[in-house]
Amino acid sequence: MDFEDTPEEAAYRAQVREWLEKNALTIPPATRVGVTESKAWQKIKAAAGYAAITWPKEYGGMGGTSMQNVIYGQEEANYNLPGNVFLIGTGMAMPMLMVHGTPEQKSRYIQPALYGDEIWCQLFSEPGAGSDLAGIRTRAERDGDDWIVNGHKIWTSGGHYSDWAILVTRSDPGLAKHKGLTFFLVDMKTPGIRVDRIKQISGQSHFNEVFLENVRIPDKNRVGAAGEGWKVALTVLMNERSAVGNIGMNVGVDELIQIARDAELIDGPAIHNAAVREKIADWHVQTQGLKYIRFRSLTALSKGITPGPESSITKAVSAPRRQDLAAFAMELMDMGGIIQDRQIVPYRAAFADDWLYAPGIRIAGGTDEILKNIIAERVLKLPGDVRVDTGVAFSDLPTGR
Amino acid sequence: MNFDFSDDQKLLKDQAQRFLNDKSSLKVVRRILDTDETHASEVWKGIVELGWTGTTIPEAYGGIGLGHLELCMIAEELGRSLAPVPFSSSVYLATEALLLAGSEAQKQKYMPPLAAGEMIGTLALSESTQAATPRTMKVSFDGGKVKGVKMPVPDGDVANFAVVAVKTGSGTDEKSVSLAIVDLTGPGVTRAPLRTLDPTRNLSNVTFDNAPGELLGAQGGGWAIVQKVLDHAAVLVAFEQVGGADACLNMAKEYALNRYAFGRPIASFQAIKHKLADMYIKNELARSNSYYGAWALSTGAPDLAAAAAGCRVAATEAFNFAAKENIQTHGGMGFTWEFDCHLYYRRAKWLSLSLGSHLSWKDKLVSELEKRNAA
Amino acid sequence: MDFDDTPEEAAFRQQVQAWLQANAPQESAQSVFRAGMDEAAALKTARAWQAEKAAAGYAKITWPKEFGGMGGTSIQNVIYSQEEAKYNLPSGFFDIGLGMCIPTMMAYATPQQLARYVKPALHGEEIWCQLFSEPAAGSDVAGIRTRAERDGDDWIINGQKIWTSGAHYCDFGILVTRSDPTVPKHKGLTFFFLDMKSPGIEIRPIKQISGGANFNEVFFTNVRIPDTQRLGAIGDGWKVSLTTLMNERMAIGGGGSALGTDDLIDLARKITFPDGQPAIKNSAVRERLADWYVQGQGLKFTRFRTITALSKGQTPGPENSIGKAVSASRGQEYTAFAMEMMDMAGIVTDMDLAPYKAAFQAAWMMAPGMRIAGGTDEILKNIIAERVLGLPGDIRVDKDVPYNQLPGVK
Ligand SMILES: Cc1cc2nc3c(=O)[nH]c(=O)nc-3n(C[C@H](O)[C@H](O)[C@H](O)COP(=O)(O)OP(=O)(O)OC[C@H]3O[C@@H](n4cnc5c(N)ncnc54)[C@H](O)[C@@H]3O)c2cc1C
Ligand SMILES: Cc1cc2nc3c(=O)[nH]c(=O)nc-3n(C[C@H](O)[C@H](O)[C@H](O)COP(=O)(O)OP(=O)(O)OC[C@H]3O[C@@H](n4cnc5c(N)ncnc54)[C@H](O)[C@@H]3O)c2cc1C
Repeated sequence: MDFEDTPEEAAYRAQVREWLEKNALTIPPATRVGVTESKAWQKIKAAAGYAAITWPKEYGGMGGTSMQNVIYGQEEANYNLPGNVFLIGTGMAMPMLMVHGTPEQKSRYIQPALYGDEIWCQLFSEPGAGSDLAGIRTRAERDGDDWIVNGHKIWTSGGHYSDWAILVTRSDPGLAKHKGLTFFLVDMKTPGIRVDRIKQISGQSHFNEVFLENVRIPDKNRVGAAGEGWKVALTVLMNERSAVGNIGMNVGVDELIQIARDAELIDGPAIHNAAVREKIADWHVQTQGLKYIRFRSLTALSKGITPGPESSITKAVSAPRRQDLAAFAMELMDMGGIIQDRQIVPYRAAFADDWLYAPGIRIAGGTDEILKNIIAERVLKLPGDVRVDTGVAFSDLPTGR
Repeated sequence: MNFDFSDDQKLLKDQAQRFLNDKSSLKVVRRILDTDETHASEVWKGIVELGWTGTTIPEAYGGIGLGHLELCMIAEELGRSLAPVPFSSSVYLATEALLLAGSEAQKQKYMPPLAAGEMIGTLALSESTQAATPRTMKVSFDGGKVKGVKMPVPDGDVANFAVVAVKTGSGTDEKSVSLAIVDLTGPGVTRAPLRTLDPTRNLSNVTFDNAPGELLGAQGGGWAIVQKVLDHAAVLVAFEQVGGADACLNMAKEYALNRYAFGRPIASFQAIKHKLADMYIKNELARSNSYYGAWALSTGAPDLAAAAAGCRVAATEAFNFAAKENIQTHGGMGFTWEFDCHLYYRRAKWLSLSLGSHLSWKDKLVSELEKRNAA
Repeated sequence: MDFDDTPEEAAFRQQVQAWLQANAPQESAQSVFRAGMDEAAALKTARAWQAEKAAAGYAKITWPKEFGGMGGTSIQNVIYSQEEAKYNLPSGFFDIGLGMCIPTMMAYATPQQLARYVKPALHGEEIWCQLFSEPAAGSDVAGIRTRAERDGDDWIINGQKIWTSGAHYCDFGILVTRSDPTVPKHKGLTFFFLDMKSPGIEIRPIKQISGGANFNEVFFTNVRIPDTQRLGAIGDGWKVSLTTLMNERMAIGGGGSALGTDDLIDLARKITFPDGQPAIKNSAVRERLADWYVQGQGLKFTRFRTITALSKGQTPGPENSIGKAVSASRGQEYTAFAMEMMDMAGIVTDMDLAPYKAAFQAAWMMAPGMRIAGGTDEILKNIIAERVLGLPGDIRVDKDVPYNQLPGVK
């Protein structure tokens, strides 16, 4: 047991470090940067092969190992770089195309996505179908060489700046719900698409509602056979779980300790208070536990074993912990905990930000409850929930409000 | 990075599991529960024959000179099987104390019989129903004689000798504490088993009435050594806890899959599914923290104290949770003597208290984090 | 809104206080009076005390006078309980009988039967048990298999019950059976009461995890019960059982151990933590004490609200499930924490060494049973979700299926 790089890993790390030193676009702390900077940085990375380390060379990747990908990630984390708006494209949509796409689709889309020329979003969730994605209603009807799509998508992250989208629709409501779906690639500039920003609880707008009205999609943009959309969507979802992790988390136990040192409670610094210490201990142990779970997966990876649904643990633990930890940090600031003024509050109010962001993280990419179902069913092999929707025609299912 | 046990170490673990399945089934545990026997001597004999007692003892002192990683593998299986043997007292506490602080002569004297299972050692620290501290400890060491009462002493009624925390000064600071090795079969020692929640592991009351003893480590250095011994033991016990917690999850799962209520397996109710998922999550967090503890212990890493406290906190939480919710999953059956659930409920509590309370380990952990955060 | 006794209530309280002072055994004023007492001794003390209470009318304050009660109000009942709780008197032996069995009898038995059975039960002369659960039917009581077949004026019972608390010292029991396995499970049940000394009944104690044996397996081999001891119509057993179960949650409601937050605070004062301060000064301890105290108060005031409703003549609903859902696991947590405070010696159960004569340890061993008996934590939460909040029930796979065609039933 050791934490050392193997000689090959060490060599790769050295190579990455050198490259980053020469090429990393450095952003001064606390500057706000947008999509333009992200695109510029993505282009540099893609040209050097670092934007898709594990992809085969034929798709513009480096043909590298997952371990190399991790090493790159560790090294890149030492720099303050522009945000990555390409995760849906390079992390979910393109890997899906590699499996299900036609040769024409691959050659048309993969390169621009990799180089950051086209940003992708995911048109999956609907007001009536989130956890239960297969319950979507957006209709696709065949019309000659095209399909006409009508419906309403929601929670579309980045929809307002995206060029393309992956879209799942219902093409045959007369079939059972998982059977009547069809999958498409759609240009977000197509007439009939309207993107409305949704204001989140934090006041920011990362996601959108997308209305589709008589949107025409050429049949050549269909992925997989008509009616086989669920299979394609599953490939995307598998990749989603590994992509959503600790996104955007920049305050944790260390910062909490610092706050506890600074905060004076009635009988002295909070760090000396046993109730505070107990919480710090619990969260530290959870954080470390997740870190070491990741180390174990990496070790398995480096031995060629693909990590299984165990990785659901990470989000199931870290999302609620993030919410609790942030809430407690705010509590240590006493009445001031409610203040969100970045000039006044420690860490530029990052705990308050986190507290407002955490509820979304507990929902996005699989809610807490769905993740526990996954652990119960796929890891522990317990039976699935009793289903009332198998074998029933979609149009005959009860819908609620 | 290679954050896993080696194939050889896993082989050792498989062997340990097979041996314990075969020789130390829960029937054996029940025998100790139901009778006055302090431990399963035939299992102990088998363990000694396999050389486990000498795992970390260098070959020069009659051991097999493997490392702590190997010992962790054995510990997990001992925990899973609930083996009723004085292994933790003799190996995690006494042997570790000697390895850390023994003089050459003491090593020569005690290590070979410890490795050969001819001697069983333990650590005597606590004196009452509150945590032992330099301020509250009373057992004294004066002119080579130990005087006072230690309670509870793990395996106190089984061990041949104990490393006893004693006061050698009148002060109340850490420097007033030393360690003394005392022959428990010699003059001036009376011992009596205590009634406890887990009769499958012995705990005793040991009275020293001018019992002869010799210092282990420097005079006044006892408290610091005890802290280190407890750190080492915390990692090893964490593996026992992880093994026990894993056994509980498996029992609960088996039962839930086969028990029907309302025409369905109870494993199909989300209340039960999420309960088991919670167990699994806690177990994995504990296991991963424990791996890190194992690494820190085996390499003597500078943050061993934090790593040890971390794995103890996670493993205590995991085993206590798994043990109680395993009973709950079994319904009325889990509350019967006949089902094995309570054996784990009891042992979980024994392990979680045996090295000091959950709260005090959390406190210790944060003290370590404070040091790091200040640096 | 007020918590003051009205003048009448104050007068009643005084009367109760005076009576208890004159009649309650002296030792019972200490909270650990009964720790370690064996069952036979406890039963003897309990019977004697029950007889005294019954003679004075305090055994069932709200029952009508004709049944030996006091014809009093629910508030008076509460006042009595509050005062009695200051003593540590033996209890538990009559709760099932007086809390569940006799109320079921009152709803379904004939006046002659009531005249025969109520009084001896009230005076602690005859004790009753509840024969519901079976090996394959606990949470799902309607899944029971014990057969009842009609034979002239009698019924013949064959089958097995389990977890029957007190069966080994009980005189009578209430019993739910399956009289028709060809109709859906809730429809083919029939309810009886019976003499536990009837031929064909065999009682085997079950040892529980603590080592004690408070409950039993009860085997029925061709046990004869006269049809006159049937309660409710043939096939209406489920309806009758529900009457019992409603009363059960009320009876167990307060449940948990005799030790409360006060005892925990007392313990925290006595124990010194490694920093040299009493445990009560440690803020992690304080936080827990605060949480448990507030939970305890929440339960108490929820009960007060129920009582207020009662005193206005309303029937309390399934909200009562909160009581047990909270108190059972709370008891498990705080007894475990008491042991933590005792550090390494928390595991010791020697009565001379462990604080409170090891009562915390004993309660911790009983706690898992409290979380299961009379509706498990999970079932209680289902009840709160379904009956209080009006959420839909679990999807049932056993509705409308003839009992003998369900999976697992031969
Ligand atoms: C920040 C953010 C970004 C997002 N980005 C995108 C995006 O880019 N593209 C996209 O398509 N979607 C996106 N989503 C949508 C996301 O995938 C859904 O919100 C999520 O799947 C939950 O669906 P829902 O909101 O409809 O909730 P519902 O599915 O209605 O769930 C409501 C509640 O019911 C529970 N529940 C549902 N089913 C079960 C069950 N079987 N067992 C137990 N509990 C259950 C859930 O856990 C939850 O607590 C985003 C969401 C968020 C918050
Ligand atoms: C101390 C004690 C005293 C008792 N005294 C008596 C007595 O005097 N008379 C008598 O008749 N019975 C008595 N019982 C039996 C008691 O009523 C049953 O044990 C209880 O109803 C649970 O049934 P079970 O043991 O069969 O568990 P099961 O019903 O098999 O439950 C096993 C597990 O599955 C869970 N589960 C079951 N159904 C669901 C669901 N729908 N959703 C979610 N989870 C579910 C339960 O919560 C539990 O965790 C006693 C039990 C105990 C422990």
